[in-house]
Amino acid sequence: MTVPVLSVRNLRVEFVTRRGTLRAIDGVSFDIAKGEVLGVVGESGAGKSVTGLAAIGLIDPPGRISGGEILLSGMRIDNLPPEDMRRIRGKRIGMIFQDPLTSLNPLYRVGEQIVETIRTHLNLSEQAARKRAIDLLAEVGIPAPEKRIDAYPHEFSGGMRQRVVIALAICAEPELIIADEPTTALDVSVQAQIISLIKRLGRDHGTAVMLVTHDMGVIAETSDRVAVMYSGRIAEIGPVGDVVRNPLHPYAKGLMGAIPTLAGDDKRLVQIPGSMPRLSAIPPGCSFNPRCGFAFDRCRIERPEPIRHGAQSVACHLFDASAKDSAA
Amino acid sequence: MLAFTLRRALQAIGVMIAVGIIAFSMFRFAGDPVNQIVGIDTPAAEREQVRKSLGLDDPVPVQFVRYFANAVQFKFGISYQFRQPVASLLMERMPATLELATVATILAMVFGILMGVYTALRRETLLAKTFQAVSLIGISLPTFLIGILLIYLFAVTLGWLPSFGRGEVVKIGWWSTGLLTVSGLKAIIMPAITLGLFQMTLIMRLVRAEMLEVLRTDYIRFARARGLTTRAIHFGHALKNTLVPVITVAGLQFGSVIAFAIITETVFQWPGMGLMFVQAVQSVDIPIMAAYLLMVSLIFVTINLVVDILYTIVDPRLRSTVSRAH
Repeated sequence: MTVPVLSVRNLRVEFVTRRGTLRAIDGVSFDIAKGEVLGVVGESGAGKSVTGLAAIGLIDPPGRISGGEILLSGMRIDNLPPEDMRRIRGKRIGMIFQDPLTSLNPLYRVGEQIVETIRTHLNLSEQAARKRAIDLLAEVGIPAPEKRIDAYPHEFSGGMRQRVVIALAICAEPELIIADEPTTALDVSVQAQIISLIKRLGRDHGTAVMLVTHDMGVIAETSDRVAVMYSGRIAEIGPVGDVVRNPLHPYAKGLMGAIPTLAGDDKRLVQIPGSMPRLSAIPPGCSFNPRCGFAFDRCRIERPEPIRHGAQSVACHLFDASAKDSAA
Repeated sequence: MLAFTLRRALQAIGVMIAVGIIAFSMFRFAGDPVNQIVGIDTPAAEREQVRKSLGLDDPVPVQFVRYFANAVQFKFGISYQFRQPVASLLMERMPATLELATVATILAMVFGILMGVYTALRRETLLAKTFQAVSLIGISLPTFLIGILLIYLFAVTLGWLPSFGRGEVVKIGWWSTGLLTVSGLKAIIMPAITLGLFQMTLIMRLVRAEMLEVLRTDYIRFARARGLTTRAIHFGHALKNTLVPVITVAGLQFGSVIAFAIITETVFQWPGMGLMFVQAVQSVDIPIMAAYLLMVSLIFVTINLVVDILYTIVDPRLRSTVSRAH
């Protein structure tokens, strides 16, 4: 079996605040293979973005990685010195942020920003880097790139700016792209274009993609596998078809039940009662137990570990064969 | 772009006309100018003679237009005190003030920006905290006190620097400069520090606040995610964005530096326009006061215009909105 591009093992991220240490990520593990798109979904505050930032080494104080390890193509990167990590950022891991309107420096031409990034990572002359920048803009679908390269960010529309951001993320042919809500700030019509662009780039270059979003539609369209996160843990992870059609974890079930369908069966959408616990007040046992319709005594005491169930993996006591009887 | 510049220039002219009205009305508020020219025992007929020869019997609007027309040609009348044309008096004094203000502003900009960047990037170091504390003193201590303290320390106690005056000056055309002689350079150090200290602390605090703000923006985070070096991020991306508001403040402050020079020039007996203005106030020398008012506002308005144009050069977003709006 080949080494996964990104391998996260039992990751823990903590934020030290005046009121104590908050654990934003608590024991998250997953792999992304070459050319694979992993979708990460969950509510706001579930730890999706923090996981992405941890992978690229951009967790700022007071946050810190307090446990576990992150491997990039088999090499451990979570404990690298800052300067070595900087060389990996942009070169081996590209990142796309949510808001294309604010991701680009307004005072520099987009070409200057792309050339700067290329020359930081690759040993190219100014002309060669500019040539490459034009090719990149063409590849992400910007018309007349040789003209647009000298435009300023404010002269692009939101969707076009996100294309520029993507060009910046892929300019050194990274092995992994982390896309943090890349379509949330865009119009629906533009969303589809950006999604298919990311998908195409991943396929053409064999790039692994970690796609963080709260939009199940985007996940269903793009991802090969999906991880459902809840209060800093992965509730369920598996192939996208299985998880969407046959979610196992009660939270994942609730999430899928909340997606409206076009079929028009006039059923009310299912709603998960309550809201996700704050990081300072995570209940003992399974953090989902206060909102879970299937919770039993064990859920309130013991934290569930991921259990394999077919191609899926689910962190829920309901699927622990040895305890199945007590659940009934 | 041209339309924008023209519009701003027209606004500037409007401001100058308004200031001209105020300067002109000073002559009337301060009593009958004839009384200030002639002696107490001058007979009424002679007074009328003077009034007529000076055109003071014409209707007020006519007088104003005449005053303004003269002022545009830098003819501000004759000083009561010195019996010399005000324009030549001002011209004589202006280089001293402008040199002082320029040196003070350059000091303030260079050290203000350096210290601001340092305190923003190395917030937790002892030096940064010291800068912060010292800057509070700079903001809160009045100029004259700082000047007097400097004189006490460096002129009286240590005897390193002269306590007053401009030192030797060299004439270049009509411009007299003290920046080319050793004694002139020594003489400008303390006044320039005194005058620039407030601006320096202001710029430092502004740069620090702006820099911290910019470092939190998405494009800085994205620049880090692109793996750019810390240096490129801080000095290429963050500092340039910080400088936009700094240019405004520094530009506007240059005007107030010239205005505040009155106090510094008095403390150091610096032979500039400000010192002349203070002396003019003491002897109710209205032509000098009015001319000073006009000169200072002309400088202010010019700087504002330059700052507006500089903006559009630094920030491309303004460039296109400007051309789109007109």
